Amino acid sequence: MTTPEIYRSFIPFYAVMVSLTAVPLILLSFRHANLREFWTLAASIIKFALVFLLLPGALAGRIAEFTFWEISPGIALTLKTDAFGVFFALIASGLWMLTSIYSIGYVRGLKEHKQTRYFACFAVCLSATIGIAFAANLLTFVFFYEILTIATYPLVIHKETRVAIQAGRKYLVYTLTAGVLLIAATAWTYRITGNLDFRAGGMFANASFSPSAITVLFILFLAGVGVKAAIMPLHSWLPAAMVAPTPVSALLHAVAVVKSGVFGVVRVVGFVFGPQLMRQFDLNTLLAIMAGATIILASLLAFRQDNLKQRLAYSTVGHLSYIVLGAALLSPASLIGGLLHIVNHATLKITLFFCAGAIYVRHHKEKISELDGIGRVMPWTMGAFTVGAVGLAGIPPINGFISKWQLGLGALQAGEILPLAVLVLSGLLNAGYFAPIIYRAFLKSPAVPYKHGEASPLMVIPIVMTGLFSLLLGLNPDLFFYFYRLAAQVSASILGGTGP
Amino acid sequence: MIIYNSPALVPLLLLATAISIPVLAIKKTKLAYPLAVGASLFSVILSSYNIFRVWKSGPLTYHFGGWIPPIGIEYVLDPLSAFIALVINIVAFFVLWHASGVQEREIPGKSVPYYSLVLLFLCGANGIIMTGDLFNLYVFLEIFSLAGYGLIGIGEKQAPVAAFRYLIMGTVGASFYLLGLGFLYIVTGSLNMADIKNILPLIDSNPAVEAALSLMVIGIGIKMAIFPLHGWLPDAYTYAPSTTSSLIAPIGTKVAAYAIIRLLFFVFDVKFVSRTLPITDLIAWLAAIGILYGSVMAMAQKEMKRMLAYSSVAQIGYIGLGIGMANPLGFIGAVLHILNHAFMKGTLFLVAANLRKNSGHSDISRLDASYRKKLPWSMAAFTLAALSMIGLPPTAGFFSKWYLALGAIDRGNWVFLAVILVSSLLNAVYFFRILEKVYLVPPPAPKAGEDLSPKAKKRRGSLIGEEEYGLMIPCVILSFSLLLLGLGNANIVKGIIQRIIPLGM
Repeated sequence: MTTPEIYRSFIPFYAVMVSLTAVPLILLSFRHANLREFWTLAASIIKFALVFLLLPGALAGRIAEFTFWEISPGIALTLKTDAFGVFFALIASGLWMLTSIYSIGYVRGLKEHKQTRYFACFAVCLSATIGIAFAANLLTFVFFYEILTIATYPLVIHKETRVAIQAGRKYLVYTLTAGVLLIAATAWTYRITGNLDFRAGGMFANASFSPSAITVLFILFLAGVGVKAAIMPLHSWLPAAMVAPTPVSALLHAVAVVKSGVFGVVRVVGFVFGPQLMRQFDLNTLLAIMAGATIILASLLAFRQDNLKQRLAYSTVGHLSYIVLGAALLSPASLIGGLLHIVNHATLKITLFFCAGAIYVRHHKEKISELDGIGRVMPWTMGAFTVGAVGLAGIPPINGFISKWQLGLGALQAGEILPLAVLVLSGLLNAGYFAPIIYRAFLKSPAVPYKHGEASPLMVIPIVMTGLFSLLLGLNPDLFFYFYRLAAQVSASILGGTGP
Repeated sequence: MIIYNSPALVPLLLLATAISIPVLAIKKTKLAYPLAVGASLFSVILSSYNIFRVWKSGPLTYHFGGWIPPIGIEYVLDPLSAFIALVINIVAFFVLWHASGVQEREIPGKSVPYYSLVLLFLCGANGIIMTGDLFNLYVFLEIFSLAGYGLIGIGEKQAPVAAFRYLIMGTVGASFYLLGLGFLYIVTGSLNMADIKNILPLIDSNPAVEAALSLMVIGIGIKMAIFPLHGWLPDAYTYAPSTTSSLIAPIGTKVAAYAIIRLLFFVFDVKFVSRTLPITDLIAWLAAIGILYGSVMAMAQKEMKRMLAYSSVAQIGYIGLGIGMANPLGFIGAVLHILNHAFMKGTLFLVAANLRKNSGHSDISRLDASYRKKLPWSMAAFTLAALSMIGLPPTAGFFSKWYLALGAIDRGNWVFLAVILVSSLLNAVYFFRILEKVYLVPPPAPKAGEDLSPKAKKRRGSLIGEEEYGLMIPCVILSFSLLLLGLGNANIVKGIIQRIIPLGM
């Protein structure tokens, strides 16, 4: 692979700023619901289009770069659209479009309060997420990472109930602590390397380390990004944060925020430490053990949740660690599998959350035990739910199968059997905790007949689209967005050390 | 003429206005305020001009009465003094702008002496910053402190007691300083900073010099309220009138911090203060304890101004820690934090003042969402300043934390790093406690017979939401500049602070 060509461009800057620009517009139209929603939709469409424009370049190894200015002598706030960044930005911005449509249906259906704040914070979160995706160095990453932390808080406590405030506190305790650890790790790295630019294959090429120092540094990083990636034992904010409105859970707590954490893990593993150091100091084993344990434990915990969103949250915790496991195994296929799981889990889990939200808005049901026979009145919603559940269990032809297959292959490439066993077991557990929901929804008859049918089309259409998209990606992972090619490219650059 | 005299002009102008206010405003007390604001505005303009000149053509000196130093008194404007002078004059201007709305209510009928004192206080601060003479520094320190006692004592019922306490401690501090200076004068025969700096290396190890340094640092340390010399601060900040606390919190302790920086690194030698007599280590460790102590105490407070006062103890610790690290990154962090903290604390105290003006109290336990409805912009300013205090990007506070963390790592001191990071979490605790209340806790149901609706409706109708612009705009400007200061910090660091990193660091 040749060294990528770097060109200066404003597109990454626009891609970050477009939703930030929408914020004042949203705030100013606080009395006009339609206008406010129009701004959100317009921003999300423009954002997605801008990111999409960067795709051909990323595939061809051409990297757009935008430098704001120096934010610390020698370190600039810089955006760079490498394949991995575009990969993540595509997912986040693409699903934001669908979530925006769904959000409108959701907040209108529930007549939510403080919709202005809701949409404004959502827009800030997306700016931060794209900033994270395109961050060219660690300080830029930290910068947007912390903005994301703080912009998500008003969404977590949106309901302003006692439970929500408690959850908000928990969220802040976890994420702010992670933030300062990440800052410490970044400062330390800067001290060692004098440079914070991400480099495929690792940035510590010439640094000498004592084993204990590098382990401590790795743990600092891991704690920093691992909270958002919900690696156990750092996960418990995530189920608590499910008190947020469902679109928030769907996009932020299944895609943007948690995937920023996972994205961070991959950045740290592949672009800060690099495969060589990871193996040399056995850091990948540490990471793999944590990921494996998280996968199994989270799946077991998911069984015990009767609240649908809680069950989905634990499922998310487990699936995030699939990606972490892929990164930890450091073989070509495992990296591809892990990266693909970022997409696949995103489309699948967002579908499931969308379904949970639709059920809540239309029937005000949150518990699984109350869902008897709901599939008969909401066939589209529950059909999509089934697609999502089947996908997460890793059954073909849904896309979850592909990432899992690659992960399994990667485990074998790395010469490890145990991860494969974990994956198989987790698949069974997934099937185990999703099957009862589907069984109740379609085969049991309702105790009390339902008064309503499907939710508004504003909600059903996004549900069906994400479900359908999961299916299509399962048939061809390169469909539309070349996710597979991008993932393969990233994997090759990390392992080959041929990145920018 | 102005060009050559501009270094001396700021303190002289402030002094002259301070003296003329009682004369000019004897009949028309309303004149006092515009005179004070005018003088303050003019000092901002002059300081901006000064820093521009310094930036363009290097340090400026001014010899009083034409006497050549070390005989005469010298004023020195190097990037450091020009910068700090500009910072405090800007903050003072915004506080004074804001004062028109609160002063009449809190201390009615005392505007003439009050504004006169304010200007004396600022004159002292500017003098301390610009002077190149250690005895002249003492003179200005006394002007500054005496005005400060008056400004505090004029406040609530308990204020005279707090002021008296400050007076006792402040006088002790000043005496320590003077005593130390005496020792130094005996040994070196000079009072000029640059001159002493040249003489000191020629002197063999001499206990008198060490005693001088220790006494002077303790003396200024009291003014700076560095832990454990902070005892006077919480009461003084709490009971003083709002304008005084908003003025003294961002300016008072910063000026003393500046004086310590001057003394340690520009009169004495970096090597001397960090090796021969490891006073910087002592400062750093005390500061580290102070950071934790101040943050924990702040968490325990029920009253906003008192909480902010303890938070100041902690934040001064940041500056002390940066100074005490005695390395370039720590120094950058300390100087940058003088700027950042001045803006943050200024904003926070001004918002506390708005709360008191609006609802007669600033008890944290009584805050609820109705306060945000009444003061949406003030609360937004408060939020931004609070995020900066916690140290979240892109606000300015993040970057002071960043440089201090780099400094701690550079020094290889993990305890300092941990203290900086833990304190940022403790800050989060006590600020989010307030933010939660202001944004999330619903107000108690209005009592029967209370009719809030017409007013509430009117407020909803206006986009601004806050009626008293004079109270709102200074807070908003100060707090939104935190974003600019954060994003543009590299320019400040490269353009100003890096130019004056003391030799030998």
